[in-house]
Amino acid sequence: MNHSISLTVNGARREFVLDDPRVTLLDLLRERLHLTGTKKGCDRGQCGACTILVDGKRINSCLALAISHDGADILTIEGVARGDQLHPVQAAFIAHDGFQCGFCTPGQIMSAIGMMSEAQAGSDPERVRECMSGNLCRCGAYAGIVDAVLDAQAGIDESNQRRSA
Amino acid sequence: MKTFDYVRPATVAEAVAAAAQPGAAYLAGGTNLLDLMKGGVSRPDRLVDVTHLDGLDQIERLADGGVRIGALVSNADLAHDSDFAKSYPAVAEALLSGASAQLRNAATVGGNLLQRTRCAYFYDTASRCNKREAGSGCDARGGENRTHAVLGWSENCIATHPSDFCVPLVALDAIVEIEGRSGRREIALDELHRLPGDTPERETAFEPGDLIVALRLPPAARGFAAHARYLKVRDRTSYAFAVVSAAAALRIEDGKIVEARLAFGGVAAKPWRARAAEDVLRNVAPTVDAFQEAARRALADAKPSGDNAFKIELARRIVVRALSLAAAGTPARIPALPASPFAPTSGAIHARA
Repeated sequence: MNHSISLTVNGARREFVLDDPRVTLLDLLRERLHLTGTKKGCDRGQCGACTILVDGKRINSCLALAISHDGADILTIEGVARGDQLHPVQAAFIAHDGFQCGFCTPGQIMSAIGMMSEAQAGSDPERVRECMSGNLCRCGAYAGIVDAVLDAQAGIDESNQRRSA
Repeated sequence: MKTFDYVRPATVAEAVAAAAQPGAAYLAGGTNLLDLMKGGVSRPDRLVDVTHLDGLDQIERLADGGVRIGALVSNADLAHDSDFAKSYPAVAEALLSGASAQLRNAATVGGNLLQRTRCAYFYDTASRCNKREAGSGCDARGGENRTHAVLGWSENCIATHPSDFCVPLVALDAIVEIEGRSGRREIALDELHRLPGDTPERETAFEPGDLIVALRLPPAARGFAAHARYLKVRDRTSYAFAVVSAAAALRIEDGKIVEARLAFGGVAAKPWRARAAEDVLRNVAPTVDAFQEAARRALADAKPSGDNAFKIELARRIVVRALSLAAAGTPARIPALPASPFAPTSGAIHARA
């Protein structure tokens, strides 16, 4: 049986006909939309490489059935920059060398963006490490990742202060 | 993954009717179920998607002083609800000590109660497992079992229930509201999960079609807010299941414990309420001696199910530590590493039980 669903992906509304209910959001993004920035690592919710934002919240797209998310608003790594202008978290990852092979990086960046909107970590590196523990980096670039997240967080805090001043 | 029919009911009644069929399973956050389906451990013929049902995602303060949490409230939304976290700090700390931020955003309150054991032999379809396939045997019994049960286990199954959330909930007398084929009913969370006995494949008191619609904490649960902690020892400090955990909650008046609540995680097939230990903590001063006696009582019936005798001693020490932390007072803010024994917290002692 075919199922029709609609999703907003990186700001554009898309309609899909699913001929199989087993399709995950991860596979839909990669195989149907060719948005391959979202990575398939473990495919079992353990590594965080597939992290995307759904309705503003970070989740593991490998453990989300597309059919169940009919109507959702999805943001992937392909949707965070504005043209050539990198998202502040992307820029911070480059500035702080927050990666080596790069495979986990899209998931790390999406997770960090989600984490900042959750506003639980602030400028405490211990809290950042805890709040980012769902993203594994087999190269062990964690020190750079934490620095990048703290730097991006500080930039956002500063611009918020300027706005409210 | 085996294929399945997908059903999206419009009402709770439709959901119950659709899920009462043999081979049907409810889908909510999917964080455990989809993992199990990918591994061929769960093989439902029909998924009944309850995520679009209205009215199950609210946190309601009740007139009597209790709280009612809809089954579809996410773990993250509940833990970050500031009024909830202030009133039930050990519950919020337990939630934040579980899984990862991504999983907590997707996972639901109802689903957390019904998550399956993380016994590796249950997950490995090449192994014998009485829970997965009744009567097939238990490869955990003679296998890698250092994390398995030390209370309430049987020769047929030594698996543990992995939830953190359930541990303070059972300590606080949480009630589960269920919609089933014969209407609405409610049971104590303590009655929801079954010990394995001869039927480890029957994990809960549920009948086909039963749907958790809400969870309630009674008015008295709020009375422990000033002295409530959750402490969890795991093989790594974040994003790991408990080897042993404990929720401790005290009501202290005039220097004496008026009422104590204590429960364990990671030690049995259900969140384990330690009532005998609570009894020895009534009308006594909150001293390490009293906590050590409580720890001794709490583990009196424990026995190893394999290479896990260390968990009994570990549990005793965690009881003393959790009670000491609770007596010292709930911190104003949940520590950076929720429930971690490595968190720099005043009042902590490395007590010997």
